[in-house]
Amino acid sequence: MGNRTFSIGGVHPHDNKISRECRIETLPIAPTVYISVAQHIGAPAKPVVAPGDKVKVGQVVAEPGGFVSAFIHSSVSGTVKSVAPRADLAGNPQLCIEIAVDGNEWAEGIDTSDTLVKDIPADNKAIIEKIRLGGVVGLGGATFPTHVKLSPPPGSKCERVIINGCECEPYLTSDFRTLLEKGEQVVIGAAILRQVMGNVPCTIAIEENKPEAIAHIKEVIAKLGYEGIEVMTMKMMYPQGGEKQLIDAVMHRQVGSGALPISVGAVVQNVATALAVYEAVQKNKPVIDNSVTVTGACFPHQANLLVRVGTPLRYILDYLGGLPDNAAKVISGGPMMGKAVANLDAATVKGTGALLILTEEETRRAPETNCIRCGKCADACPMGLEPFLLNKLAKANDVEALEANAAQDCIECGCCLYSCPAHIPLLDNIRMGKGAVMGVLRARAAAARAAAEAKK
Amino acid sequence: MTNIIIWTIATITVLGLVLALVLYLVAKKFKVEEDPRIDDVEKAMPGANCGGCGFAGCRAFAEAAVKAPNLDNNYCPVGGNDVMAKVAAILGYEVKAKAPQVAVVRCNGSCESRPKVNDYDGAASCKVKAALYSGDTGCSYGCLGCGDCVAACQFGALSMDPATGLPVVDEEKCTACGACAKACPKGVIELRPKGPRGMREFVSCINKDKGAVAKKACASACIGCGICFKTCTHGAIVFENNVAYIDPAKCKLCRECEAMCPTGAIHGVNFPKPLDKEAVKARIADRKKKAAEAAAAAKEPSKKEEQ
Repeated sequence: MGNRTFSIGGVHPHDNKISRECRIETLPIAPTVYISVAQHIGAPAKPVVAPGDKVKVGQVVAEPGGFVSAFIHSSVSGTVKSVAPRADLAGNPQLCIEIAVDGNEWAEGIDTSDTLVKDIPADNKAIIEKIRLGGVVGLGGATFPTHVKLSPPPGSKCERVIINGCECEPYLTSDFRTLLEKGEQVVIGAAILRQVMGNVPCTIAIEENKPEAIAHIKEVIAKLGYEGIEVMTMKMMYPQGGEKQLIDAVMHRQVGSGALPISVGAVVQNVATALAVYEAVQKNKPVIDNSVTVTGACFPHQANLLVRVGTPLRYILDYLGGLPDNAAKVISGGPMMGKAVANLDAATVKGTGALLILTEEETRRAPETNCIRCGKCADACPMGLEPFLLNKLAKANDVEALEANAAQDCIECGCCLYSCPAHIPLLDNIRMGKGAVMGVLRARAAAARAAAEAKK
Repeated sequence: MTNIIIWTIATITVLGLVLALVLYLVAKKFKVEEDPRIDDVEKAMPGANCGGCGFAGCRAFAEAAVKAPNLDNNYCPVGGNDVMAKVAAILGYEVKAKAPQVAVVRCNGSCESRPKVNDYDGAASCKVKAALYSGDTGCSYGCLGCGDCVAACQFGALSMDPATGLPVVDEEKCTACGACAKACPKGVIELRPKGPRGMREFVSCINKDKGAVAKKACASACIGCGICFKTCTHGAIVFENNVAYIDPAKCKLCRECEAMCPTGAIHGVNFPKPLDKEAVKARIADRKKKAAEAAAAAKEPSKKEEQ
């Protein structure tokens, strides 16, 4: 029997893991960092520092702006220069805390040593509080606050914690290197997550193109003597790292439209998040840095870097020798789901996992032609949608029909666009349609809440 | 053979007559009483079914107009005052004449003044582009140039100017239905009163960035310097969020703000003569000098009193 994967759709682009042999290297701290207050899904955080304030590494600079929100910490020590809007990766103004770096002084209580802390605190509530105070968010890219995910609504029961080490996006290698170099910490992080969810079994899912990581993690689990944590080798398939796809692959359960993974008893966390949980709980270290893969076929200095949050992209690229002349596009994230960077002066955020540099030939889109009704997009869609239809509906702005055809279920993985022989910008249009449907759904939910409150 | 033909004709004729009778009786019995004025109003409408009035089409507008107690909230921008006068005559209402409007593109960032900082390669739609990122120039407020407004216009009044990359409004064809303004994700297009003989003055920029940022992105941006605000003697300039806006109701078309604007973000159109900036500046300087003299003269006697 072959390795498992999810049941519908998916594509298999060449994996291009060029930087897989590069050890994680610590990037020198930039002279100035820009820490955005909107680094997570949910309400933006509220700054609690003012220009002129001295801050230390790990000190809180912004507090959660709501329940679904997260703490933000200073990633450097120095002086706050300004709290003002600054263009983000997409070029849109976003409130940023500018800090001029001075030395590398850490806030008190943070364990910066390399010693492995194996003893997990017994109090689950205290653990979740530490995760919340550490500003831990889903570092796989979605940046959903982790403490919210670990506090399931009453009535739902978690049956399995899945640690997502698929890294199914081509080019990316930061999770792979993390598994190899910080395997112990990741496994302890997984053990913490599993304990918090009620000592449920835990699966660390790794794709078959990373045999070293699979062997290493198995070894680490045996060495630490953990029961209930297993490694599952997954068949290579994109987008296996998608939450719903991974649950399907590991547990053979399908999450319904609009439902959360907890509805089928699953909690999925990324490898980098498990590491962040370890650091927050065992070392008191908040999320102030993350591993970033810097890669591209045209880029001579492949690297996996440990980057402080808020480092300007230009500083990272300059450290590696600058952009090559034939570079045409820098993508934040992988080639499938990543977003093209409009502004290299923008700074990294917690969810920045990679910088991918592509040339004109690699990235230029072919001209759009007519749909030939081949149905490849529908075959490729891992959510079982009909992208050709959604594309038409989105263009006509028919929100009702979009909702009826589940445009809100689109995970924006780009499989449809990747498989379209007519080069139709399916995802571009569907994303727009999805946005319109989500707006309607949110308005409806708000109206329902208001009605429920009026009844009381 | 002949028999069959005769029989066929006879049967079909009888059948036709019987069904016609049934239809006639049913139509009589289930007749929907409709206000005949709806038809009259619809006939008076331009028939473009553009939706500019806010209703689904001319028929829907007619139904709403007939039901409504007055015509205050129903106005056909395409037909304008002529059509509304006809509608009012049919319905026996009074109609307040509205100043005719026209779509105005409030972005000045041509290819020359607003250089591209990146290359957009996605779907050719402003809506899609706006959802993805701030746009291919340094300005995150201005025209995205994919022509959603041109596609939305049913009257062929909009076209993209390849030289500037901005949409151009054909004033003759524009009916001020507002479809372009709704289609623009950046809100660049505004419906403004046409003004006397088409003359109007407007700030052709909506960039809310601070001056230095705006100027870096676009040479002809409104940099929020406030000179126009200080110059205007009619209180027509609303100045907030680092951008100026000319209130058409208060503007007296003196063109002083236009002459003083350091970036040329203020546009005056359809004026008979081109703007003589120096003459206007001299006029303003003269006025200020006189005001200063008057103020000094007013102060002096008071000083003497103090002494």
